[in-house]
Amino acid sequence: MSDDTGQIDIHGATCVVETRGAGRDILYLSSGMWFADESAFIGKLAELGRVTAPVAPGFCPGAVDARMNNVDDIAYLWLDLIDELKLKDVLLVGASFGGWVAAEMAVKSCKSIAGVALIDPVGIKVGDRYARDIADLYGLPEREILRRAYVDPSVFASDVKSISDAELARRARARESIARYGWSPFLHDPKLAGRLRRVTAPTLVLWGAKDGVASPDYGRAYAARVKGSTFAEIAGAGHFPQVEKPAETLAALASFSGAHRAAAY
Amino acid sequence: MRIYHFSEEPYPDAWGKERPSLRITLPNSVVDPEKARGLYHRYIDEWMLADELGFDIMLNEHHSTATCLTSSANVVLSILARVTKRARLLVLGVPVGNRTDPVRVAEEMSIIDCISGGRLEFGMIKGVPYDIEPANSNAVSLMPRFWEAHDLILKAMTTHDGPFSFEGDYFHYRNVNIWPRPYQQPRPPVWVSTSTPSNAVEIGQRGHVMASFMGGVAETVKLHKAYAQGYRAGGHGAQVPVDRFAYLAMCAVAATEEEGRRRCDVIADYLRTNAQVAEPFNKPPGYFSAEVAVRQARAPNPRAFRTLMTPKGRPVELSTANLDDFIECGIAFAGTPDQVFNQICEFLDGVGGLGNLLLMGQGGSLNAADTTDSMRLFARDVMPRLKERQAKTRLFEAA
Repeated sequence: MSDDTGQIDIHGATCVVETRGAGRDILYLSSGMWFADESAFIGKLAELGRVTAPVAPGFCPGAVDARMNNVDDIAYLWLDLIDELKLKDVLLVGASFGGWVAAEMAVKSCKSIAGVALIDPVGIKVGDRYARDIADLYGLPEREILRRAYVDPSVFASDVKSISDAELARRARARESIARYGWSPFLHDPKLAGRLRRVTAPTLVLWGAKDGVASPDYGRAYAARVKGSTFAEIAGAGHFPQVEKPAETLAALASFSGAHRAAAY
Repeated sequence: MRIYHFSEEPYPDAWGKERPSLRITLPNSVVDPEKARGLYHRYIDEWMLADELGFDIMLNEHHSTATCLTSSANVVLSILARVTKRARLLVLGVPVGNRTDPVRVAEEMSIIDCISGGRLEFGMIKGVPYDIEPANSNAVSLMPRFWEAHDLILKAMTTHDGPFSFEGDYFHYRNVNIWPRPYQQPRPPVWVSTSTPSNAVEIGQRGHVMASFMGGVAETVKLHKAYAQGYRAGGHGAQVPVDRFAYLAMCAVAATEEEGRRRCDVIADYLRTNAQVAEPFNKPPGYFSAEVAVRQARAPNPRAFRTLMTPKGRPVELSTANLDDFIECGIAFAGTPDQVFNQICEFLDGVGGLGNLLLMGQGGSLNAADTTDSMRLFARDVMPRLKERQAKTRLFEAA
């Protein structure tokens, strides 16, 4: 098996899938955020197994079927992808928006999922109706988003002169696509918090201790809704521990992966 | 030719240049409701004067902003429907892609058409980027939602045999049966505004009136040609009647050139403040394609509002331009009645004729005395000549 990035058609939806490494099946759902670059982490994660990292319609280049407009649509797509690629005893890892998708998958079916690791996921509502659980990413200037997302904002290249057209286009598609799937209700599904009880696979919730997009308290509330889950903070990281503290994040995932190798049932 | 008087009903006391944003984030504690009362009365009086002077009337709406107190054009329009006598009443428009309930739009428009005795000109607009946030509408699906709302509203206005059901991609109703139906049969004239040729083709296919705003001769001709292509494809005829086209510009007249120019320069603060929007509300996700977003990110001044080319090919950034730039670009007509007449004629000839001139005769802090004096002079010394000159131009002919 070799490393590869290519297009795949799943029941009419064209997606891009990157595959890296060898070993147990790991499905990595990246944050999708336009202010993060997780490409390096996918390589690191391949130290733990064979990583499949799909990119959903809208986030990857090409036309998008207008019916793709809800996080459920992506969750079902990746459940189909697991079947299509015959992935088994999957370690499902999702970060931020990708963590939301992972949670939506896990409440639907853990048939092929041996463990769920969520890194600073969004997707639930915990505060009252006047509380902004998740920072208003479309209402803040970029420098403020970066300040909230990173302990050290300089890890993210934000000077447009130093960025390729391809990367600028990726960011533009990501900014549009997060809105396509998560504009309103903003980055959450009002029903998900109640449905997290259905997650039957062992679950790890990792959180950047300095996350200013969604706070560690939000993370604890998330973990509290998944029976038997473990919550852990990653020191020195904001919303993207996999970018700011990749070694520590990988170590936490490695230990979790070692403990949970077979699907729940 | 129809000539419309337009004001955004600004609240200029809040227009300080030091404010980082006049939209979305400017708290409404800045509004003195008593001052707002006075301004609403004054602007309505000016539209009533427009009605007496032979102008038609145009309104629009914006939200969460000091630049435009008309946060619901329909509310003000319904007052005008009762207190004016003869003017056509153009709302340009209702942002139907941002409305959650298109059937309600059909009802309100029909009431206004009935109260006014069939004087409604019904504009549907996409809406500007910074009106996305106040509506909390998802810009990613804005255009398909717009056209679905458009279809539903027109179906509601033209269905007279009891309820129909509608199960679309964005809107769902089990029983649509609006009361009243519109006064004008089968429905009021529909207008759509645009600044892109691709939308112009779609508007042309439907045969609606197409309005464009302050694009100058070159941009306007491009839109008219695209419209004509759609118009022919839609089977409406080989040539486009000029009454299918409308153009918005700023306009002020006075007895002296100096005073006419001064007045228009005050109105032009409307343009200069347009870019005064808190980041990132001028770029809601999905409003511009990813390709355009990349170009915007690479632009030398990402905060620029809109850059036009003069006929001689000189770029002019509208948020920092001066009155001469505006006049050269064909987006302002200012001076004595003769000068304004000549400027407008030059523009009309440049674009191959159009049947609806939308004039922002009040903008910024231009006061009531100056506004009404300008309107009276225009009505007396420009309007009759313009209407007579344009009477023979019935079909669009691209240069």
